[in-house]
Formats: sequence, structure tokens, C-alpha cells
Amino acid sequence: MSGMVEKKGKAAWLVHLGLILGILVVCFPIYLAFIASTVSSGDLVRPPMPLLPGEHFIANYKEALFSGVNTPVWNMLLNSTIMALGIAIGKIIISLLSAFAIVYFRFPLRNVFFWLIFLTLMLPVEVRIVPTYEVVANFGMLNSYSGLILPLVASATATFLFRQFYLTVPDELAEAARVDGAGPMRFFVDILLPMSRTNIAALFVILFIYGWNQYLWPLLMTTDPDMNTIVMGIKQMFPSGDDLPNWPVIMATALLAMLPPVLVVVLMQNLFIKGLVDTEK
Amino acid sequence: MDKRVTFSGWWLPMLLILPQLLITAIFFFWPAGQAIYQSAFMPDPFGLKTQFVGWDNFTFLFEDEYYLASFKTTAIFSLLVTALSMGVALWLALMADRIIKGSGTYRTLLIWPYAVAPAVAGVLWLFMFRPNVGLMSWYLDKVGYDWNHVLNDGQAMGLVVVASSWGRISYNFLFFLAGLQAVPKSVIEAAAIDGAHFWHRFRTIVFPLLAPTTFFLLVVNVVYAFFETFGVIHTITSGGPQQSTTIMVYKVYSDGFVGQDLGSSAAQSVVLLLIVGMLTIVQFKFIERKVHY
Repeated sequence: MSGMVEKKGKAAWLVHLGLILGILVVCFPIYLAFIASTVSSGDLVRPPMPLLPGEHFIANYKEALFSGVNTPVWNMLLNSTIMALGIAIGKIIISLLSAFAIVYFRFPLRNVFFWLIFLTLMLPVEVRIVPTYEVVANFGMLNSYSGLILPLVASATATFLFRQFYLTVPDELAEAARVDGAGPMRFFVDILLPMSRTNIAALFVILFIYGWNQYLWPLLMTTDPDMNTIVMGIKQMFPSGDDLPNWPVIMATALLAMLPPVLVVVLMQNLFIKGLVDTEK
Repeated sequence: MDKRVTFSGWWLPMLLILPQLLITAIFFFWPAGQAIYQSAFMPDPFGLKTQFVGWDNFTFLFEDEYYLASFKTTAIFSLLVTALSMGVALWLALMADRIIKGSGTYRTLLIWPYAVAPAVAGVLWLFMFRPNVGLMSWYLDKVGYDWNHVLNDGQAMGLVVVASSWGRISYNFLFFLAGLQAVPKSVIEAAAIDGAHFWHRFRTIVFPLLAPTTFFLLVVNVVYAFFETFGVIHTITSGGPQQSTTIMVYKVYSDGFVGQDLGSSAAQSVVLLLIVGMLTIVQFKFIERKVHY
């Protein structure tokens, strides 16, 4: 490729400079949060706040993890992990199965079921919060993992994704399985699942982040601080009234809250991008 | 589109689809039906029993100036979030597309804020703009600008817009960069040989080819601003001051859970349901059109 369009020398330098500037601006809030998590509360009420790390890193993270405000942060991290894994794995399993049924079988009401699942695209949890809360409360599932996970598990997106993928799988494979006398479940486990590996992994990355970052639902669902997830628990760490918030501990918690999903994005970047493009199509 | 080769039997597929159908029925259709049902009832003043009132909840709703204001707030908020996050992302993507070496590194450094939850983003921005003591508000004070988003409507709106757009830049950047890299380089080279400068090439060649990506992002970002920014608003302003940052989703929450006005909250849910329905249809139409290309 010739360098007709890509700039060289001074102009290329300017482009790099612009990008670096953009990155600095985008990353600045997180840098500042990190600094705040390494200083003492006193340092933060006397403006301007320091711009270099202080000496309280270990003390602040220790306080956050093991005492917290309402509940230790390690406990909220545990709850978030269970919720995010439950949502991601649950969605993937029920979608793999229902897409398999829709694509590989002819049965009564098949199209009706397909459209019923499709309609759920139009019902984000934010739209149906009060009645969904009542349903979960009637089941006695407030402050429970099943209450946190189950209402978010149904997903039209994942079902569509697997349906699209199954449709691209050559018919010869199912034909061969049938000739060999292998039943549908055998075909599903031995052939379809291994072929769906990359799709499952990409979807898992997206769904894990989706589950981890839930806010409104855990806010309604968990009145018991021991069941708080970390993303919704941060807001609960602010005192009511005029008391000063313990910013260093809150910021340490904020950084701990973003660490798992950020690691997932950075370490599994290619799967993440594939998942993002697939789920939005 | 259907498979030519299928398996026989009907009880196995029923069993396979059952988990998803059960969850959909219990946690989607039942609550959605309840919302529609409740929107036609109103509790008596003592909360002991409810009374059928037909369309009254909707009539009250559209006479309530706070509700009408929340429409306007939602519109302004979504417009600003969409414009800001897409504008910055496009600018960054245009630059990243122009360099040959190192664009992968820039991509890595720009995409990870996507993983930061809106509620956490809210806390980070709140920290910087705490009145008087926050780093930004302190420096703004120094240059003579009085910052207090707790009292000032416009500043509160500005802060929730910036905090909501921030993580979204990553997402838009990824799609814009992919769109830009799909533009055939030969076309751009040819225009460059003809002496077309960067902005001219952008306006006449790149932007038209980027239109499908832009339209897609427009819809997706509006949906994001409508429904997924609850965490930002709840952590930074709680809808205030004087409901100036109360978007519709926030109002469903505050009327339903804080105000315990179930009839009104249910009616608002139904209105939102119609809006999501329309947005979904727009999105679907767009996907259909893309398939034809």
C-alpha cells in the first residue's frame, strides 16, 4: 500500500498526538479514582487533591475488602461473580437448547414460540420493574441469587445468534448423523456444541459484562446488604444526610468493581469484539 | 429460512424450548400483562383496595407537568448523549484509521472503558465534580466559574450527559473504526491523486459509505440513553435538582418504588413499552434493509 493517504513525518506525529490526547482524556477519570484510592480522606477534603499516588493504598483496599461500609467488599464481589456467571451461563444454556429445537425440529406452535421469544426484545427490565418485582417477591425470591439471576436469563438475542449460526451449519452433518443412527441429542452434543465453541465464548464475554454491570435490578432485589452486588453496593456506601463519604474506600471499591469486566475485555479482546458485533446484528 | 434436514418427534423439542418459554412467561409476559392491567386501576386513599379507572391513569399522566417535563428531559438527554459520544468516537476513529502502525494498541487503550458500569462511571464523575472540593469544580472555581450541580439544573444535566457518554465512546469507536476500515482504500487513493484533501474526501466519499454504521449507532445509542443510563442518574443526581434530570425510566422507578404510586408507574411502563416497541421496529427495518444491500 502506498503512503498516499496515510500521513508521514510531521502530520503522522500530529495524528498520534491527537490519539494520545484522546486516550489521556478518556482515561483520566480512572486515573483520578486510582489516586483517590491511595490517599487518606483528609487529603481529599483539602483541595486541590493530590495528583500522585499516596501511601494508603494497602490500608484503603484492606478496609474496603474486609470491612467495607455495610458489608465487606469481598462479599459483594462474590455476589457479583455468582450473578454474572449465573446470567451468562444460564442465558447461553437455555438459548443453545431453544435454538436447537427451533432450527432442527418441526413441532406444533414452533413459530408461535419463536415470536414469543422475539417479543422479549421489546421488554427490557427497566420497562417492567414494578410488576417483575412483585412476581419475584411472590415467589419469595427477594434477597436470593435465583431472584437476581432468573428474571434476566431469558434472552432473545442469544437465541437468535445461535439460530443464525445453526442455519449456517451444513445439512450434510445432520444427514450423516441420522444415517449413522445417532439421535438428535447425540448430534447436538458431539457435533453442534463443539462447532459453536467460538460463538459461545464470544457471547460469554458480552453476557458476563452485562450481568456484572447490572444496577437497577439488584438495587430492587437486595434489601439485605449481605446480598448486595458490588456495582449497586457502591452507591449504598454513601452516608445519608450530611456526613462525609469515605471517598478513598469508595474509590477503592469502584476500582475493584471495574477490574473483572475490564480484564475480560482487555484479555479477550478479539472474542469481545466478535461478541459485540454478533449480538448487535 | 428453514433447514432441509430435521429430526422427527415433538416432545423432545418441546422439552428443549421449555426452560426459555417458562422464564419468558413468568418474568416477561406475566409482568408486562400486569403492567397493562394495573395501569387501568387506582388504589383508594388508604391503599386497601384498588378500583377500576379505565384510562384515568393515562389522562392524569398526560396532564401531569412533571411527566411531560420528563419527556422533554429524556429527549434532550438522549440527543446530547448520542451526539457527544458519537462525535468524539468518530473523531478518534478517523485518526486511528489514518495510522498504519500501532492502531491495535490505540484500540486496546480506547475500548476498555466500555466495561465500566454506568453506575461506576457515575461515581467517578461525581467525584471529580463534587461542589467546592472536587478536582474539576475546584479548578473551575479558580477560573471564576461557579460549579454546583446539586443546585444548578443545567450543570446537573451536563454532568449526567458527560458521565453517560464517556463509556459509550469505546463502543462507538469500535464500530466507526470497523466501518472506516471497510472503506476501499483504492477509492480514497484515487481521490487523493485527484487532489481531494482530507475533509473533502471525508465529506464526499467516506461519510456516505459510513452512513449505515452511523444510522445503526444512532438507534443503538438512543436505546442506551433511554434505558441503560439509570445507574448514572441514580448515583449522580437522583433525578434532581427539581426533577431536571428525571428521565422517563427514572420516573417509573421513583414513582413506583419511592412514591408507591403503582397505577401511575404501571401506566408509565406501558408508555415506555410502546416506545421500545417503536425503536425495535426501526432497528428491525434497518436490519432488513441492510440485508438487501
